[in-house]
Amino acid sequence: MFLALRELKFARGRFGLMGAVVSLIAVLMVMLSGLSSGLVNDGVSGLKSLPVTAFAFDEGTKTDNAFSRSVVDSEQVETWQSQVGITHAEPVGAGMTNATTEDGTQIDLSLFGIQPDSFLVPDVSEGETLEGLAGIVVSKTAKNDGLDVGTVITLDRIDTELEVVGFTEGQATFGHVDMAYLHLDTWRLIASGAAQAGIPTQEQVDALDFNVASVIAVQAEDGFDFSTADLAAATETVSLQESFNSSPGYEAETLTLSMIQVFLYAICALVVGAFFTVWTIQRQHELAVLRALGASGRYLLRDSLTQASILLVAFTSIGVGIGIALGTAMPDGMPFALEVTPILTSSILTIALGLVGAAVAILRITRIDPLTALGGQR
Amino acid sequence: MPTTTALSLREVTLELGDGDSKVRPLDNVSLEIKRGEFVGVIGPSGAGKSTLLAVAGALATPDSGVVNVLGQDLAKLAQSQGKLAKFRLRSIGFVFQSGNLIPALNAADQLRLVNKISKGPSSFDPMPLLDAVGVAHKAKNLPRQLSGGERQRVGIARAFVTNPGLLLVDEPTAALDRQRSQQVVALLAEQCHERDVATIMVTHDHDVLGHCDRVVEMIDGRLSPAAS
Repeated sequence: MFLALRELKFARGRFGLMGAVVSLIAVLMVMLSGLSSGLVNDGVSGLKSLPVTAFAFDEGTKTDNAFSRSVVDSEQVETWQSQVGITHAEPVGAGMTNATTEDGTQIDLSLFGIQPDSFLVPDVSEGETLEGLAGIVVSKTAKNDGLDVGTVITLDRIDTELEVVGFTEGQATFGHVDMAYLHLDTWRLIASGAAQAGIPTQEQVDALDFNVASVIAVQAEDGFDFSTADLAAATETVSLQESFNSSPGYEAETLTLSMIQVFLYAICALVVGAFFTVWTIQRQHELAVLRALGASGRYLLRDSLTQASILLVAFTSIGVGIGIALGTAMPDGMPFALEVTPILTSSILTIALGLVGAAVAILRITRIDPLTALGGQR
Repeated sequence: MPTTTALSLREVTLELGDGDSKVRPLDNVSLEIKRGEFVGVIGPSGAGKSTLLAVAGALATPDSGVVNVLGQDLAKLAQSQGKLAKFRLRSIGFVFQSGNLIPALNAADQLRLVNKISKGPSSFDPMPLLDAVGVAHKAKNLPRQLSGGERQRVGIARAFVTNPGLLLVDEPTAALDRQRSQQVVALLAEQCHERDVATIMVTHDHDVLGHCDRVVEMIDGRLSPAAS
């Protein structure tokens, strides 16, 4: 480290320029990581917060947008509920809707119809838990649209009125739209087209012959054999994590961002590798002198890798700091979330891959012939 | 094992290249240098002077012959590259053309680095050595802030950090004017005698040979009969 630190100070201009590039890459990494987390939260935070092991879709449902495509009946639900090893199996109705508040604000909601006594009922941070045919518990983030406890919303085209009775504890969105938990019977009224203007009533529900839902939310014991239950209920089960891909646009968004991140990691390794290649070539005669003086190849390798590590760690940290500062200044409407784990992961990967690039370049040190230090051999 | 002969080369031959391009920079060379002896090696370019230093300094292995430094047969040491490197580090000092200092290190740090590489004492103080070569007042100066003569003096001080028994000096006056050349070689001779270090100095500069105890001449890889 003796030589590494002094060279960093001596060639601070060159290392500074290189460091600035590493910092910029780190800033981009944090922004992409924030966007990625933000989009994931916006896309599936509602699903993530559910105490669910898996979702059973109707057999043959296309994976993309499966929540709105799938239709399961009460017989399938009962088959799942009768399976040994299943703790809970409850029908869920899913669908998107447009609505208008009392003051004329237009909002979009992702409706999740559930039984009010089911294990899926969300905890509330404000207001009351889910109750009544007209009550809805909406995502906390819907407050940004002006919703409050007691706000009445009117569904577009059918004029059905629902009242906000509570807000979820955190963000609960699905397909970038705020979720609204409502009574499954009310969802059935809406989904069947039987909903009428005004507040939904028990008479409307009683008159309805529509005992279907979208999916079955399942909570199972460890080691449960889903394939047997699928066979019996004519369903296709996917784990909670896999079900994220059924959220509109989720797979396309995450794949795009992941690809950009992979390219950035590769660019980082290449740029750092190229810099240390040039740096090592510039120092070739100096390194030959050190070899002739008796420095081992291992000593010089260790010293150069230390130099690369200091550069990468210091400037990645600066970049992450700038990225976090920029991230906190992002507008509310932007799907952006600063989360420790993805930022830490991308920082470690930036440093690690940068080091790989540097190591490949620095390895040429072992091939430097100390004989070239002598004048006649130069 | 104490010995008065610091360097012994017996019938050393080294060939480089293949086919038509084959050259023999060392051709049956024999040379013996005692501790405290300052030997000058002169000869035209390409005569094999630097190769002689490389072989004596364990940087190149001859095709035949025996090289013995401070009682150690280098061919036997060369069976372990680690042992050979350690021996070179602790027993052989190098002074290069123009000092060949590390640009990022000040004069004192040039010496400290060699002490660190050789795992010398942590209490090492470079000042006495810099003082001995007359550049203690430039201890904090980087190479670019030193004159050619000062750089060469720092290079000489650096070579003595490990207290070597053999010092190999490659064209020390190549970048110096006449006056500075005399000063640097006089300093080398003084340190060589004072520290009882066997020294070979390769040079083109005949004006500085007066400081040498003995001068040998190399032509086409052979030491001239008069010099040997």
